[in-house]
Amino acid sequence: MLDRFRFVPIRLLQSIPVVIGVTIVVFFMVHLLPGNPALTILGQTATPERVAALNTQLGLDKPLWDQYFIFVGRLLHGDLGDSLTYQRPVFDLVFQAVPITLSLLAFALVLSLVISVPLAALAATAPGRLRDLLVRVFTLIGQGMPQFWVGIMLILLLAVKARAFPVGGYGQTAAEHPYYLFLPALTLAIAMSPTTIRSLRASTINVLGADYVGTARSKGASGISLFRGHVLRNAAIPTVSIIGVNLGYLVGGSLVIEKVFAIPGLGSLMINAIFSRDFPTIQAVALFVALFVIVVGILTDVVYTLIDPRVDLSSRERA
Amino acid sequence: MPGATAQTAARRASHVPVQPGVPLLSVQDLTIGIRGSAGRSVAIVEGVSFDVAPGQRMGIVGESGSGKSLTLRAIAGLLPKPVEVLSGRVEYGGADLLTMPAKKRRTLMGPEIAMIFQEPMTALNPVVRVGDQIAEGPRRHLGMSAKEAGELAVSMMARTGIPDPRRRARAYPHELSGGLRQRIMIAMAVSCGPRLLLCDEPTTALDVTVQLQVLRLLERLCSDTGTSLVFVTHDLAVINQTCSELAVMYAGHIVESGRVAEVFRQPRHPYTRGLLESAPDFDRPDRELIPIPGFPPNVADRPAGCPFAPRCGYVRDHCTEAMPPLAEVAPGRLSACYESDRLTEVLA
Amino acid sequence: MTTAAVATATRAMRRPARSRSLKAWYRNGTLVAGLVIVGLLVLVAVLAPLLTPYDPIKQDLQNSLLSPSADHWLGTDKYGRDVLTRLLYGARVDLRVGFLAVLIPFVIGSVLGALAGYFGGWFDTIVMRVVDVFFAFPFYVLVIVLVFVFGNGEKSIYLAIAAVSWVAYAKIMRGELLVAKKQDYVVAARLGGMSHGRILVKHIAPNVLSQALIYAMSDIVMDIMAIVTLGYLGLGIAPPTPEWGSMILDGQEFITTQWLQATIPGLAVVVTSLGLSLLGDGLSDLLSPERRK
Repeated sequence: MLDRFRFVPIRLLQSIPVVIGVTIVVFFMVHLLPGNPALTILGQTATPERVAALNTQLGLDKPLWDQYFIFVGRLLHGDLGDSLTYQRPVFDLVFQAVPITLSLLAFALVLSLVISVPLAALAATAPGRLRDLLVRVFTLIGQGMPQFWVGIMLILLLAVKARAFPVGGYGQTAAEHPYYLFLPALTLAIAMSPTTIRSLRASTINVLGADYVGTARSKGASGISLFRGHVLRNAAIPTVSIIGVNLGYLVGGSLVIEKVFAIPGLGSLMINAIFSRDFPTIQAVALFVALFVIVVGILTDVVYTLIDPRVDLSSRERA
Repeated sequence: MPGATAQTAARRASHVPVQPGVPLLSVQDLTIGIRGSAGRSVAIVEGVSFDVAPGQRMGIVGESGSGKSLTLRAIAGLLPKPVEVLSGRVEYGGADLLTMPAKKRRTLMGPEIAMIFQEPMTALNPVVRVGDQIAEGPRRHLGMSAKEAGELAVSMMARTGIPDPRRRARAYPHELSGGLRQRIMIAMAVSCGPRLLLCDEPTTALDVTVQLQVLRLLERLCSDTGTSLVFVTHDLAVINQTCSELAVMYAGHIVESGRVAEVFRQPRHPYTRGLLESAPDFDRPDRELIPIPGFPPNVADRPAGCPFAPRCGYVRDHCTEAMPPLAEVAPGRLSACYESDRLTEVLA
Repeated sequence: MTTAAVATATRAMRRPARSRSLKAWYRNGTLVAGLVIVGLLVLVAVLAPLLTPYDPIKQDLQNSLLSPSADHWLGTDKYGRDVLTRLLYGARVDLRVGFLAVLIPFVIGSVLGALAGYFGGWFDTIVMRVVDVFFAFPFYVLVIVLVFVFGNGEKSIYLAIAAVSWVAYAKIMRGELLVAKKQDYVVAARLGGMSHGRILVKHIAPNVLSQALIYAMSDIVMDIMAIVTLGYLGLGIAPPTPEWGSMILDGQEFITTQWLQATIPGLAVVVTSLGLSLLGDGLSDLLSPERRK
């Protein structure tokens, strides 16, 4: 059993080149700025002294490769520089924001499953019929809605008109957080559901036609017990990788959604950093998010291996 | 185990009363097909009737596409969409399975009627441990706890001749060989002590040697418990080993039926005779094999009259005018052939 | 599970297949619906100046924040500009940028992916490693950062989207090529002494491009979303140019009083993406019917 998870350390090793690539991209972001980055960051009215000081702070006065290695060296020590706006280590800022964004994502993931699983089941059990068509219309429209606009519409309907939820913010106490996070999480869930539903619908139709479902029926199983015992887990297998990929996309979406709902997570941190040209913070958020996506990729494979006993990624890695 | 059997018996009494002399299963004028718009239905199986008495073992033989598997699936209520029963009755212990509420019918599936499928690989859920799959039926129908049902599963596996059943119960289907998987299927099917076992070519996917073991196991289980069997296959040799009664299907119709030994000795339908003459016989390897010329007709454009007429060596003009009815040609023997009187030769 | 009898019966129930004629096109409702929606949108965008008497940019502060009326069907924004007019002109910007943004990544990604898949070896390794790195960044993160780096404006939107979305085309084309290069007709052409270039262009491209094309349709939707999102964040097409995303941003301010202002431009995006998605689905039916389930 544990044998099948030998791929995890191998995958971790394999992602090292990708991580190095990510640090290169993040590092060179600064150097893509036209002209002198320090000048761009500080604006044209900056005094030469301040420009020189920032150049030194960013290490911009040294050769490029030296700069990169200094960057990586500091990175390994957990030092991503200081925020230009807050004058605090960006590492601290990021780590304050991470739990908020992660709980938003987890909440959204749960909600999207709550939406997707029943809808996919409804559609898959009557392909081509009215309810299948309605679900398809939902996925088509769902895919076509800009996430931030969905957020605004939810604010309009559920916060402004119905007054059931707050317009924005994160709340003060732990008990308030889920209440405040509900609308943003629902927004992300709606954005994520169409692809999940599509994948789950297709795989459920496949599974429903499988012989072992006939076997289960011949044992007298039907309805929900059939679905839970024999269909869902099998149908979920291909969907897991879709959700894994989607989570990466969702991270990007959550950045914008946090801005809509004024939630002090990574997204607000980054968007604010962009407007205040706080480059170390932008780099830190980009780096963290990329690492998160890489980890999610490996976690996806772990979940995949957990729910499908036939999968042995370890042997594929060896082959 | 005795507890389980007693429980099973207790439940049975409340379900379907079976009077002596009444067939356990009675299929009457069953027509299966696809319902098209404006009455454009296509029948794949037409007017099939047969009875299975308690303890009787019935084989249905036919080429692929003859409708034998659909007939079996119709009994089990597992027709693949868009196929459905167009008319007829399927009576179990006197009650029509087709008109009874789905909920009632499901309570029969497992404790009364069980099914074994052709492909033990695809018929087992790949992500559930085999022991749990066997235990599912007893938990649902016999009201057993997870632990009791698990124990029952292990003992059922032992009964089907699976070595080291306690360890194997924790295996996933892909970790077992084809023969073991089919034994799991059998253990699953008999776990609730059904009175009718439906088998859809259960040995086709297995090696010849394993085939024989599995057939012996099935036969033993059925005769031990008095379970009736409906056994669908394309392989006459398999029928000979497991069944007492035989129905031959061709192009959606039963063309001949009777006791296995008698049909084999003296086929009264040209198609049955063709099947017997084209099948290899291990007892007489030197016998010449005579293939049936041509191919079975397409369901969509079956010829008027006897569907076998275009391939038949005994064909006369009236054969192509109307479908010959399935009529008694000798005590206990039915044949759907106008010329059955000319088929009196004894093969032996 | 389907038995042989069912298979033949199902075939028999189907009507006789007609030849691949125009009729097949008409029957493809998805494609037609998509074409109609997208066609109407393009028409509206092109004819915008003829459809409305107002100027999309000129401010008229006397008439700001009017409710819908016979003069202003959708009311006016905070600068007194007719919302419907800005919506129509916005279609010009969003559609144009959306379509153009697809071109560069389509070409670059397809070519790189095709070469990587066809030749393999070190080139393949390098391209795929770069693809992996880019895939680690969520779409919006990289697009937002790059637009910031390149500076506001249409040009940096093209650059940012190109830099991010070429990887998807590269992945798709590489996969297609890995399959295609093993096909008999390619091996035969190679044995016949044909050059790599000729084989790629003459024999492989026509067969593998359809998948990239199908993806491009959904990619346009994604790009329009990105443009609108950037506009909403204030990083996109600079005001006062009418653009749906920035219209939503402007409207959000007055969500309690004039909720139509944030709602309508969003609906315009929904209709646009719906049309493009239907068009994409229809195209994929048409180009590779055998791949659909």
